[in-house]
Amino acid sequence: MNAAVIWILIPLLAGLLTLLFAPERFSAILGGALAVLLALTALIFPIDTALLIGNFSLKISASVQVLGRSFTFGVADGPLLAAIYGISALWFFGTQASGTSNRFVSLGLMIVALLTASIAVEPFLFAALILEIAAMLVIVLLVPPYQKPQRGIIRFIIYQTLAMPLILFSGWILAGVEAGPGNLSMTTQAGTMLGLGFAFLLAIFPLNNWIPLLAEEAPPYAMGFLLWALPTFTLIFALDFFDRYTWLRTSQQFSSAMQIAGVLTMTSAGLFAATQKQLGRLMAYAAIAEAGLVLLAFTVQSTEIVNLIFLLLIPRGLELAVWALGLSILKRESYALKFEELRGVARKYPIAVGAIVIAHLSMLGFPLLAGFPARLALAQELAPHALPILFWVYLSMAGLLIGLARSLTVFVLAPEGAAWKLAEDWVQVVMLGVGAIGLFILGIFPQTLQPFIAQLPTLFKHLGQ
Amino acid sequence: MNDVISWVIVVVILLSSGLILISKDWRYQLGALALQYLAAFWLVTRHQPFVIGSVKLVTGWMVVTVLGMTRLGLDENAQTTSTPENRGFPTALVLVIAFLAFGVAPRIEAAMPGLGLPVITGGLLLIGAGLMQLGLTSNILRVVISLLTLLIGFEIIYAAIENSILVTGLLASVNLGLGLLGAYLLLAGRTSLAIDPEEETE
Repeated sequence: MNAAVIWILIPLLAGLLTLLFAPERFSAILGGALAVLLALTALIFPIDTALLIGNFSLKISASVQVLGRSFTFGVADGPLLAAIYGISALWFFGTQASGTSNRFVSLGLMIVALLTASIAVEPFLFAALILEIAAMLVIVLLVPPYQKPQRGIIRFIIYQTLAMPLILFSGWILAGVEAGPGNLSMTTQAGTMLGLGFAFLLAIFPLNNWIPLLAEEAPPYAMGFLLWALPTFTLIFALDFFDRYTWLRTSQQFSSAMQIAGVLTMTSAGLFAATQKQLGRLMAYAAIAEAGLVLLAFTVQSTEIVNLIFLLLIPRGLELAVWALGLSILKRESYALKFEELRGVARKYPIAVGAIVIAHLSMLGFPLLAGFPARLALAQELAPHALPILFWVYLSMAGLLIGLARSLTVFVLAPEGAAWKLAEDWVQVVMLGVGAIGLFILGIFPQTLQPFIAQLPTLFKHLGQ
Repeated sequence: MNDVISWVIVVVILLSSGLILISKDWRYQLGALALQYLAAFWLVTRHQPFVIGSVKLVTGWMVVTVLGMTRLGLDENAQTTSTPENRGFPTALVLVIAFLAFGVAPRIEAAMPGLGLPVITGGLLLIGAGLMQLGLTSNILRVVISLLTLLIGFEIIYAAIENSILVTGLLASVNLGLGLLGAYLLLAGRTSLAIDPEEETE
């Protein structure tokens, strides 16, 4: 067997078959089960290592050639693949509870397969092209056939498409710089293009105006999936760049630029979050703030950089899944998800509201929740060298907290005498309950992530070594 | 001789980019896009084999066909354009792009010798025209045409520095994907929700 066939081709074909043939009611179970199976395979069977089971020798080969280039997975990719498909399984199982059509599972499988291909392609630079193709599939997920596309989706296409040429050109120039490092002007040009390319992809301030717009227009569950999937793989791609080019790792200018971009992204998102009156936009700003936080993690001058970034990324998948599922349920009560239409909704949807609050608290780094350990570790790394930055980080968190306090006020503002109900069905209660418990487990016992994170630094030759 | 043809192709690119910026009729815009793919075919084959150029041409014309067929199925008033009424402004923009492209191309050729002036000029013209058009419109068809124009410009220059077949395939997929996506977005919101009578009775 080949790793690329298992984790790229199979989900890609499964997604296509689900789209064409799977009945609506079974698609969530089929997609979720396949994702669990792929995650377990990645966890149990080491890549490129022969396993003797009875008389059978089993080996998942690491590489496959496609059109003269290779798609390669290393031994260290196993835990990463397990985490990716494990979190994807949560998203797919949640589709039934969110009321999303089977388009989500089928397109989701194809998107995850493509994104997985982006971490395997050699030379790694070509990942920019695969990310663009995946982004195009995400758009189909975000715009249902019955809904007219609005401004947010158009900006999203434009920004994603502009990123690709910038990254490909900068990669080519950096390869030249690597061969002859004396050319300083070329280095600056390449750095600028690269920075701009990733700013478009990661929605760094001020290139993130499409996210709140889109969060208002698109189904929350699809939006949450977008906010998890694309930035996660883009950040892995960015880590590859960092690992490959010494100049990027050691440049003080580049590090300062990333710190400024991170602070601006975080702070602006926090401040905007404090003034929002629409729940989708609130989730969007929380995700933007976290993107800024990850940028700050990139500037940490420590061997822990890889662990720190993945410690931020892995819980993010669960946080956004719980938050987006809660919003999807509330959307039945108020299609626009606006504050004025959601007064007292906690009495009718207590589990959904509770899950949204827990996910929100986790994303702003509240103790005992999944987001806390990563933020604590980041603060410890940043404090000795860049204490003022922490002020802006906490200011952003304060903004998110104000946003939460305002939404909580709306949730509990029920008319006098309104009775408590449980309008969620049992599938929704189970999914939200499992997700919320998961957030607590990751917060109280962060070492549960250790099997996934321990080997990840070996994915990179220089980072984290 | 080839150089002369290449410069003629650059002029074709300039005219077609101008037509896309100025014209309000989608037929002319798609026609100009098809011309740009033909121009890209010639400029790409300066550095790449004929087959690679053909892939770009065939893909491009498929994209134009998909967009054209989709737009043809919509009513004439659908997707009214947001281009300024005054044609003087877009014309001035085309001239600015042309000056910039012709001015910057020799510098790039000096920094990266071997690409060829017509290739760089043609690529820059298309990238500039695509960017300008993106800044002028929010109309879906025009946005997609602008992105495709920008990508053609990028592909012309990138083909001179990267000869991987995988990249050619992926770029063809991106072009085709943008075309199909454009068609999907043009149709989205225009189809009524089909309700299965069995589901309704449940």
